[in-house]
Amino acid sequence: MIDIQLLDTPLSVAQCSQLVADPAAGGTVVFVGTVRNSTQARTVQRLDFEAYAPMAIKEMRKIAEETMEKYGALKCAIHHRVGSLDILEIAVIIAVATPHRKAAFAACKFAIDQLKETVPIWKKEIFADGEVWVSAHP
Amino acid sequence: MQISVIAYGIAKDILGQRRLTFEFEGDSIGQLKTALIEQYPDFAKLQSLSFAVEEEYQQDDYPLSDQLEVVIIPPVSGG
Repeated sequence: MIDIQLLDTPLSVAQCSQLVADPAAGGTVVFVGTVRNSTQARTVQRLDFEAYAPMAIKEMRKIAEETMEKYGALKCAIHHRVGSLDILEIAVIIAVATPHRKAAFAACKFAIDQLKETVPIWKKEIFADGEVWVSAHP
Repeated sequence: MQISVIAYGIAKDILGQRRLTFEFEGDSIGQLKTALIEQYPDFAKLQSLSFAVEEEYQQDDYPLSDQLEVVIIPPVSGG
């Protein structure tokens, strides 16, 4: 089972962990990515996320499929937020359930690492005195 | 040829708009990239510059046809 969502409303950790619940699972790892209040000693006020939605959903699905296959996962949910997010808000949740715990940790790490590489979503850091698109420049 | 360019993230800031009809000499993603950098030098400063057609990443040798829709994908930063 794979559940992919790109939402402009708050994400739910409870919902994601419920979505991947499986009687054959011995381990579930849920990664929660949140908005941090600083970057390189500058105070961040909020993050603005935008996505090329249809492709972002496709790419997240590919990652979930690869995660399932590579780590023998039973279920995988990837939910990503778009829009303007305040400090502490959840930007992404990845939940993976596998028969044994070791694979669940590895699978979840693989999925978030891949997401950061390939999914067409962009975040802009908003400071008191300016804005920066994250990772845009070397 | 003339193609329809759609830009996200910093690419939208560089173009100054989300959508643009772009005219250039050539018929591949690679040539489009060269022409875009020529006209908008800020693209050359990016960490990477990728392109998508029909919701899939495409390489430099991907052939373009007139009026095709091409999405500019600057360095992604989701998560």
